[in-house]
Amino acid sequence: MEQLELKDYLRETNLIHARLIALVILLVVLMLVILTRVWYLQIYQHQRFEVLSKDNRVRLLPVPPVRGQIYDRNGKVLAENIPVFTLQVLPSEVDDMDALLNELAKIIHISPGEISKFKSQTRARPDFESQTLKVSLTEEEVARFLVNRHRFDGADVQPRLQRHYPYGGELVHVLGYVGRINRAEADSIDQAAYKGTEYIGKLGIEAKYESDLLGKVGFKQVETNAHGRIVRTLDRSPPISGEDIHLNIDADLQVKAREYLGDRRGAVIAIEPSTGGVLAFVSTPTYDPNKFVNGIDHRSYNALRDDINRPLLNRALNGRYAPGSTIKGLVSLAGLENGWNKNTEVVCPGFYRLKGSTHRYRCWRRGGHGSTSMLESIMQSCDVFYYQMANSLGIDKLHDFLQKFGLGEQTGIDLIGEPSGLMPSREWKERVRGNPWYPGETLITGIGQGYMLATPLQLGVMTATLANRGKRIEPRLVSQLTHGSGDEQEQIAVPTGALLASVSAQAKNYDVIIDAMRAVVEHPRGTARRVGLDAEYTIAGKTGTAQVVSIAQGARYDESKLTEFQKDHALFVSFAPVEEPKIAVAVIVENGGSGSGVAAPVARKVMDYYLLGVDATEVEAAETETAASEPAANSDAVHEAG
Amino acid sequence: MLRLKFDLPLLMGLLILCAVSLVILYSAGGENQRLIVNQSIRMFVAIIVMLALAQVRPDSWFRWSPYIFGAGLIMLGLVLVIGYTGKGAQRWLDLGLFRFQPSELMKLGVPMMVAWVLTRKPLPPQSGTLVLAAAVLLIPAGLILKQPDLGTTIMILASGTLIIFLAGFAWRSIGVLMLLGAIAAPFFWTMLHDYQQQRILTLFDPWSDPLGAGYHSIQSMIAIGSGGAQGKGWLNGSQSQLEFIPERHTDFIFSVFSEEFGFIGVLMLFLLYVGITARGLYIAYYTKDTYSRLLAGSLSMTFFFYVFVNIGMVAGMLPVVGVPLPLISYGGTSMVTLMAGFGILMGIHNHRSLMSR
Repeated sequence: MEQLELKDYLRETNLIHARLIALVILLVVLMLVILTRVWYLQIYQHQRFEVLSKDNRVRLLPVPPVRGQIYDRNGKVLAENIPVFTLQVLPSEVDDMDALLNELAKIIHISPGEISKFKSQTRARPDFESQTLKVSLTEEEVARFLVNRHRFDGADVQPRLQRHYPYGGELVHVLGYVGRINRAEADSIDQAAYKGTEYIGKLGIEAKYESDLLGKVGFKQVETNAHGRIVRTLDRSPPISGEDIHLNIDADLQVKAREYLGDRRGAVIAIEPSTGGVLAFVSTPTYDPNKFVNGIDHRSYNALRDDINRPLLNRALNGRYAPGSTIKGLVSLAGLENGWNKNTEVVCPGFYRLKGSTHRYRCWRRGGHGSTSMLESIMQSCDVFYYQMANSLGIDKLHDFLQKFGLGEQTGIDLIGEPSGLMPSREWKERVRGNPWYPGETLITGIGQGYMLATPLQLGVMTATLANRGKRIEPRLVSQLTHGSGDEQEQIAVPTGALLASVSAQAKNYDVIIDAMRAVVEHPRGTARRVGLDAEYTIAGKTGTAQVVSIAQGARYDESKLTEFQKDHALFVSFAPVEEPKIAVAVIVENGGSGSGVAAPVARKVMDYYLLGVDATEVEAAETETAASEPAANSDAVHEAG
Repeated sequence: MLRLKFDLPLLMGLLILCAVSLVILYSAGGENQRLIVNQSIRMFVAIIVMLALAQVRPDSWFRWSPYIFGAGLIMLGLVLVIGYTGKGAQRWLDLGLFRFQPSELMKLGVPMMVAWVLTRKPLPPQSGTLVLAAAVLLIPAGLILKQPDLGTTIMILASGTLIIFLAGFAWRSIGVLMLLGAIAAPFFWTMLHDYQQQRILTLFDPWSDPLGAGYHSIQSMIAIGSGGAQGKGWLNGSQSQLEFIPERHTDFIFSVFSEEFGFIGVLMLFLLYVGITARGLYIAYYTKDTYSRLLAGSLSMTFFFYVFVNIGMVAGMLPVVGVPLPLISYGGTSMVTLMAGFGILMGIHNHRSLMSR
């Protein structure tokens, strides 16, 4: 505090004292203002407000909208709202809660978990708010309750709509599910729009299209009696139900594709190349979304979370795998566009060596492919050919060309949380790893290994783009949104996928690549020759195998020594019919071993089912027999390692 | 020397107020015991904070003022950048263990800093000092308004303005500023959010939209008015118990109180509030140094402003801004801040003889 003279101190004291007295006057004035107002309301106008209070029987209650349904491309219901009966208890009307719960438990099955949940709810909320004791009662339980209703003051059965997924786990990685609004969500949503609504989309289509599915809350004016019970409804502004969503997904195809994968971990993507519509979007294993709607119990959730097969992981969207040899067609196309002659042959002695290095980059076939043309390199998936081509192109051209097919970029699908995968480049390595790019890394990028990572969806889009001869279209799960039904159905929006890129390459070059991919499945020496066998339509495909465990220099690959989770991932991409592609399919089978042996048959069956309506489960049985009878002839193809 | 120092009249007033709070919360919260337990714990913590701060000498507050203010200002900036967003406003910093609301710290930091700026020069303040004081007041107020938190902004502006007033800001200048304010009012109107404009419009004629924007205002007035002279009795307020009143255990708790305890109850409540404020002004009057006087005067009168603004909005005289009824409304942060303020007041009173200079 400043050194002040005594005179100043006295002057300041007097000044502040004067101002404090002014504040006291202000205090009195403010007090009188408020008291006058309260007196006016409570004494002067008391009569009027007392009447208003007694007549105050009109209340506004929210009426939640009906959530939009979700259909597949053939109008099959994938997500619906089914009426369920809930057991509600109004604590203020109950004299002895424990006695009531005991009595109720005699006629309705109530678990200890439901009781403790109910009790914690009643402690947290006011007595006059009705609480849910049990969510879905069986019809029998409802009947038993209604007969004995007079014994249960304060308890009541109420109908309400609950989300239900008739296909269970088949579509969970597409649809996601709804669940109760949690605290974090409650903070971020518009509370007014969710009045009376308990559920919100948590994942998948349910989350992505939440605002469309939700609808608009309505209100009703109700008259209540003196205890606040509703006597009658005076007026209502009805809610507007959410919009219905129609998917490009073919539910039957989806179910079949999952069936073809069996109990293996993997993913199947099927896309209609001309529109980008996603026909099947499978990730296995799956789980039942219906368990999540009313909150899954901890034990079941932990079991799912800790399952070694990771069913909660959406492999189709979020799984990232080395694309392996599936990109060889694109690398060849890049070569052709950059002056490589389609007839140029490369001698494959079983390995490739960079100038001035002793490191041997090995071909999957130890003995080598000998003199190999481009057609043969794709057909037999020769690695040495692509080491040489990648080396002559360089990483910059390779990166730029493959990126045009969507590798390393989000596909733009209508789901939340899509990763971009990884298409490595010089710039990426400098930035992330802080190291320069080494020429050897270009070689292994040329065969889809190394840093490169792609999601099954990206492989599907890549294949569809090739089928479209360069037109890359955003994949779309949703084909249209509609409102209402029958004659009154109106179309709200048709979110078609945007054309993202048009890869300009000469038509004759596309012909070379696509012909070679036909040879993969048709030629007697193609890596997936069994797949093209007896097909009633033309197929272009490419096998791939992604290493999980790296093989040391000089070591031999011996499948029998690897445990299941160390086995290679099996990949296969294909489209059909070649002349006018209607479906592009990408299949990944985790630790499946080889693309031709495991992934390709799945793709063939998916295409058979979609194009011919033939369920090929029986064909498989026949094929396994054939394969078993000639194991020696198949061993080369089966062990194609990218 | 370890004798606990406190001001008995102030402590008594505050404890009675806390008791009243628990009684009315039990009714307003639908007889929910957890609400009462939570609030009691908060009260206990707040009273501990108050008693701890009562031991601090006011010259320490003087020395710490710039640091408290500076820290508060930095955190306010941080809130805007990385703050936790809740209910559409960005007010909290997540400190891992708990969330901290820097604007609460500034309810004390701003009056301290304004008083610090003014007492470094002889009073009444010259124009240079006034400009500095205004800056110290308006910068944090602007940051809090941006969150947006209109209620806290108003209370911080009030606390700083009170200090400037106490320091002897000329009456003529006050007149000129009020005139300018009246002229600039239409400009400020356009700066308000839509929902804020709506609240002010509703104030003038709540019955224009009785089931829409005016609904809460009307229900609150019906609750107060129907209470009459004696009230409907504890737990018997039909308006409150039947959920006509919004936010009835927080901002609108006064309508529950006046419905159930009537005008007589309101008078008793006012006796408490005015008594506590008067005791604070008494402390300001009889303390010996300028800084303590300014701070004590501002803290006491700001407390009453809370009461005025809250009841004003519940009784339909002022627009609805989020200001709780001090020490009665349910909620923790503002209670701790208020009690901390009373702790500082007690400290000033306890050390008044030491400070005579």
